Amino acid sequence: MTVSPSHLESVKAASHFLRGGIVEGLADPVTGAIDDDDGKLLKFHGSYQQDDRDLREERRQQKLEPAFSFMIRARLPGGVLTPAQWLGFDAIAREHANGTLRITSRQTFQWHGVIKRKLKPTIAAINATLIDTLAACGDVNRTVVSSANPLQSSAHRMASDWAARLSEHLLPNTRAYHEIWLDGEKVVDTAQESEPLYGPTYLPRKFKIGLAIPPTNDIDVFAQDLGLIAIIENGQLLGFNVAVGGGMGATHGDPTTWPRLGDVIGFVPPDRLLELATTVITVQRDFGNRAERQYARLKYTIEHRGLAWFTAELERRLGFPLEPARPFAFDTNGDRYGWIQGDDGHWHLTLHIAAGRVADTPGQPWLTGLREIARMHRGEFRLTCNQNLIIAGVASDQRARIDALVAHHALDGYLTQSGIRRHALACVALPTCGLAMAEAERYLPDVLSKLEAQLARHGLTDAPIGLRLSGCPNGCSRPYLGEIALVGRAPGRYDLRLGADFSGQRLNRLLRQNIDEATILETLEPLFGRYARERTTGEAFGDFLLRSDLLPSEAPRTIPATVIA
Amino acid sequence: MPALPAPSFAPLPGDASADILRLLEGLDAPTLWWVSGYAAALAHSAGPPRTVALLPQRDAGAQERVTIIYGSQTGNARRVAERLAQAVERAGLAVRLIRADAYPQRELKTERLLYIVISTQGEGDPPDDARGLVDFIAGKRAPTLPDLKFAVLGLGDSSYPLFCAIGRRLDARLVELGAQRMVAAGEADVDVETIAEPWIDAALAQARDALTTALPRANVTPLHPHAAPAEWSRENPFAAELLVNQRITARDSSRAVHHFELSLEGSGLTYEPGDALGVWPTNASALVDSVIQALRLDGDEPVACAGETHSVRTWLGSRRELTKLSRPFIAAHAARSRADDLNRLLAPDRSTDLAGLLASHQVIDLLHAFPAAWTAGELVAALRPLAPRLYSIASSRKAVGDEVHLTVADIGWDAFGISHAGAASSFLASRGDGARVPVFVEPNERFRVPADGSTDVIMIGPGTGVAPFRGFVQERRETAARGRNWLLFGNRHSQSDFLYQTEWQAALRDGSLHRLDLAFSRDEAIAQIPRTRKTYVQDRLRENGRSLFEWLDNGAHLYVCGDATRMAKDVHAALVDVFSTHGGLDGESAEARLSDLIQQGRYARDVY
Ligand code: SRM
Ligand SMILES: Cc1cc2nc3c(=O)[nH]c(=O)nc-3n(C[C@H](O)[C@H](O)[C@H](O)COP(=O)(O)OP(=O)(O)OC[C@H]3O[C@@H](n4cnc5c(N)ncnc54)[C@H](O)[C@@H]3O)c2cc1C
Ligand SMILES: Cc1cc2nc3c(=O)[nH]c(=O)nc-3n(C[C@H](O)[C@H](O)[C@H](O)COP(=O)(O)O)c2cc1C
Ligand code: SF4
Repeated sequence: MTVSPSHLESVKAASHFLRGGIVEGLADPVTGAIDDDDGKLLKFHGSYQQDDRDLREERRQQKLEPAFSFMIRARLPGGVLTPAQWLGFDAIAREHANGTLRITSRQTFQWHGVIKRKLKPTIAAINATLIDTLAACGDVNRTVVSSANPLQSSAHRMASDWAARLSEHLLPNTRAYHEIWLDGEKVVDTAQESEPLYGPTYLPRKFKIGLAIPPTNDIDVFAQDLGLIAIIENGQLLGFNVAVGGGMGATHGDPTTWPRLGDVIGFVPPDRLLELATTVITVQRDFGNRAERQYARLKYTIEHRGLAWFTAELERRLGFPLEPARPFAFDTNGDRYGWIQGDDGHWHLTLHIAAGRVADTPGQPWLTGLREIARMHRGEFRLTCNQNLIIAGVASDQRARIDALVAHHALDGYLTQSGIRRHALACVALPTCGLAMAEAERYLPDVLSKLEAQLARHGLTDAPIGLRLSGCPNGCSRPYLGEIALVGRAPGRYDLRLGADFSGQRLNRLLRQNIDEATILETLEPLFGRYARERTTGEAFGDFLLRSDLLPSEAPRTIPATVIA
Repeated sequence: MPALPAPSFAPLPGDASADILRLLEGLDAPTLWWVSGYAAALAHSAGPPRTVALLPQRDAGAQERVTIIYGSQTGNARRVAERLAQAVERAGLAVRLIRADAYPQRELKTERLLYIVISTQGEGDPPDDARGLVDFIAGKRAPTLPDLKFAVLGLGDSSYPLFCAIGRRLDARLVELGAQRMVAAGEADVDVETIAEPWIDAALAQARDALTTALPRANVTPLHPHAAPAEWSRENPFAAELLVNQRITARDSSRAVHHFELSLEGSGLTYEPGDALGVWPTNASALVDSVIQALRLDGDEPVACAGETHSVRTWLGSRRELTKLSRPFIAAHAARSRADDLNRLLAPDRSTDLAGLLASHQVIDLLHAFPAAWTAGELVAALRPLAPRLYSIASSRKAVGDEVHLTVADIGWDAFGISHAGAASSFLASRGDGARVPVFVEPNERFRVPADGSTDVIMIGPGTGVAPFRGFVQERRETAARGRNWLLFGNRHSQSDFLYQTEWQAALRDGSLHRLDLAFSRDEAIAQIPRTRKTYVQDRLRENGRSLFEWLDNGAHLYVCGDATRMAKDVHAALVDVFSTHGGLDGESAEARLSDLIQQGRYARDVY
């Protein structure tokens, strides 16, 4: 490549394996922020610097810097945690953060609003629960997600175990994390350190692995850089189909960026899984675009060089060809709510947590309620990539107590909620996300009530319709896989996208650009009407729209000139 | 004062020019201006230029001249002293007006007629400019003064337990030294004029009698160091337009501090960083109404008092204090209400309790708690006249042109079931852009950036005490001063109370601030760290004692601004510690070093 590496590449290279000036920055009392470049490095440690955007202008006038704080994301492979860990997290949320826990669309937790002085003690406190935050963000392999499907308990155990093994295996090697946050012994000469997998500049961009257990695609396996589809026969894990090059992020008005679904390129047995994942990562490490971060995800490496090239390079490095992919089928990418008995005899309760935000709000003391449950619960908690929560591994005789606590703390919404509400996702967006162009999480309750009113008029209250709301085209709620999606453009204005399937295997299409709420509702109204009247039995909304030819064709994709050259 | 080249006064015979120099030595700027005005008037009355008569010899002069010494922190005593000087002058007597720290102490023993006007600060302490003189007079080295006739006017605030302590002390001590008291010591409360005017009259009468040989009658040509035309003054304030009223503590702060920008355009008023701006408040109309209601008065009733007639509402709104109580008013109210509780508080042994009441109650609280009947006329006569509030100027004209900036804590609290507010701070905080605020400039010669730009400065300004240092840093930036600037700031919370945070950050970046140490006392201790003590600026001083000592050793000037009741004392104690620890001095010598610094004008305080 003729173009020079991006600024961040030199920041990484000069960082002494992710140390940079973080320690000095944390100690500077003049500002609640840290240096920009150090902020980039901090991500690798699991934290983002943010500021309360609601207060930005007000504070500027007050001659105060923005209300800086830090978001911290746990690395929680497979999204499983014990009640004791829950209690630890809950205490951290109340003592160090803004009093909320946020279940993310990658089945982990985020804390928001941790101020700089408290960053170190908070990360230390998280580690004290035996969960870390290393590589939860940054240009490395992120937390590995896996299906939370409670029906198949034994398969779930297997999948989440693999998620954990992959995550551990792909961790960066640097001691910087222990040094900075855990008072680990200082590495005297960082020149002696090495990153055998990543090298000193790590990956060109983030890398995501997800593991799905058919027929449930609750993780949106085709949105992952590396998607793994567990092939299980007669309770036996045979191996994994391999999908590569998924990713959601795009930029408004830039036809050289787009959401992309992963391509299934073959199958590997379990004992080759670590090798496979490592090798996919090294190909991306060596060929990913390091000049323009916009094109640095694996999906662009594949698009720009071709899938055949990629597979060949992968197999060359592996030294063996991939086996042909095995058949599989997904029926949903949503969660199943309520009590389900797993194949191991235990009971699992899936609760709907709106936009994943566990907080105490008037009439909804969810943080308190789940703390109460964690105090008595003897199984585990599982988070889902739909931002929901499963109280898992409950013995039959404990169900009634849990139900009582759930009802007492208004966590039982799943029993009565409309179809669209139960299947809605929203990214965080304002006020913490620095990239948000419009509201998402905070707008969700509002827009849901309006859509529900509309749907009710058409008798569609119970129709399970997948709604996904993102504050910007980065697509953290995987909006391009929503039957209905709103993608933020500006305060109060969204792109309206429609027509994905309900199993994460088909992208939706852009229907209207940059429209306000009234226009969104107006546009949907006749479509709901026709769906109510004309759908076939069991036909999903997205499928109906496509069959009825109510959607425009897809926008053309372009390869950027710099890349062709 | 920058040294001038030795003058060669062509018309002066012999060593008369040396005499003049000796006489002028140590005089502060206003006095020098006064002398020059005096000389100009002499020349004027003598007609066209001729050979100028020599000023009398020093000793002869001492006998025939009134010396007026003032010690003043915020200008009240200086103002009274100036009035006295004018009166003496107008009576055709020779007078020398001099600030206490400019007074050559060795001249005390030859002094014949001396007036001292001095306020009390701290907890019965002298104002900073008078520390040396008070120590001298009170100390063992003081000469006996059998030939001296004197009078002391003390200024104070009767809500402090040690009311006018310094005035009283000097008065007693001078008698002890053998001097003869001409006029009983005056003890002026916050409504200074009530006591000061009659005292000036009495003092003047005594001066007339005492000075048999008077200098030729002369009219003094008024001259003033700042070009401020006499037009605008404390008594005749300029109506400045409010340009900006911006709260600068975050919404979750427990304190509302506001930044104000006012326009002085067209006023001719000027100021230097370190000066204060006087603000005449108007009491909130709701407060005025509640007093009127509580006493069932008619707000429109005209009341004549001290030669003026206004409606009750006007008196209470803009001519009388409602937010600050005074001892005399409590005494008057106690007599009326016959409330035993209140009467008992006035007993001499209850002064601390009384001070507590004075600090926490407003007039309305007293009216509610101890009902009593007042007629409008009696009330207006008994209440203290409204006094202006001073605010350290937070800007440099070199940076902001015709504007003047202030940093004001809007004090407000709930008590006795109603909300309370400070008169001036709430008056300012509730003004919108474009409002007019009556202001005057109160110079503070003792609080100035060093004349030599290469001198380092250490600025200790927690809370609103940071105000003048914003002006200092602006001034030093604009004048490209080469000396280093070190600011120590503290407040409650870093996220919400870091006054002018973005400006300090910019100053650190552009090099106009070299060092910034911070102490946020209520930033919570962190769970893992055992509950640590709250930290304040004085803790930072101790922590950075070595640097501090080095800077001072290197000639740095040190400034302290802000809370007088605790901060200034704690900071002073920390400075003593620093000198002990790093200068190897015992406590007494450390104190002496600090006194020296004060004398040299290198340790200046603007505390309130
Ligand atoms: C919390 C979460 C959304 C949620 O509501 O749950 C989230 C939140 C943020 N994402 Fe995301 N992303 C989250 C899942 C996703 C997903 C979904 C997924 O991975 O399944 C995607 C789409 C898949 C993909 O990566 O393509 C996603 C694509 C992005 C992008 C676009 C990346 C791209 O290559 O185009 C960005 C922007 C970037 O990286 O520059 C981004 C950036 C961000 C940041 C960190 C904003 C930033 O860079 O400053 C957001 C922090 C907001 C906040 O205040 O918390 N986030 N983000 C999800 C956390 C996942 C986790 O636990 O690791
Ligand atoms: C030289 C000098 C410089 C100054 N510079 C500044 C400056 O830069 N910024 C600044 O903000 N101030 C400054 N001040 C203080 C200022 O002059 C006023 O004293 C202050 O603003 C209060 O005035 P006010 O009229 O608002 O309150 P007032 O009506 O005068 O009432 C003040 C009284 O209210 C009572 N009180 C206050 N708070 C409480 C409470 N919480 N509970 C019970 N009683 C209470 C106390 O008795 C206090 O004396 C300075 C003072 C001086 C002398
Ligand atoms: C911080 C501070 C402390 C004071 N302490 C006393 C005191 O102890 N006794 C007293 O009578 N007056 C005290 N006063 C009141 C002043 O003496 C009074 O305001 C006087 O008018 C100030 O005169 P000046 O401007 O000449 O200094 C104090 C004032 C301040 C601001
Ligand atoms: S989609 Fe955009 S707005 Fe929403 S969290 Fe991600 S980056 Fe922020």
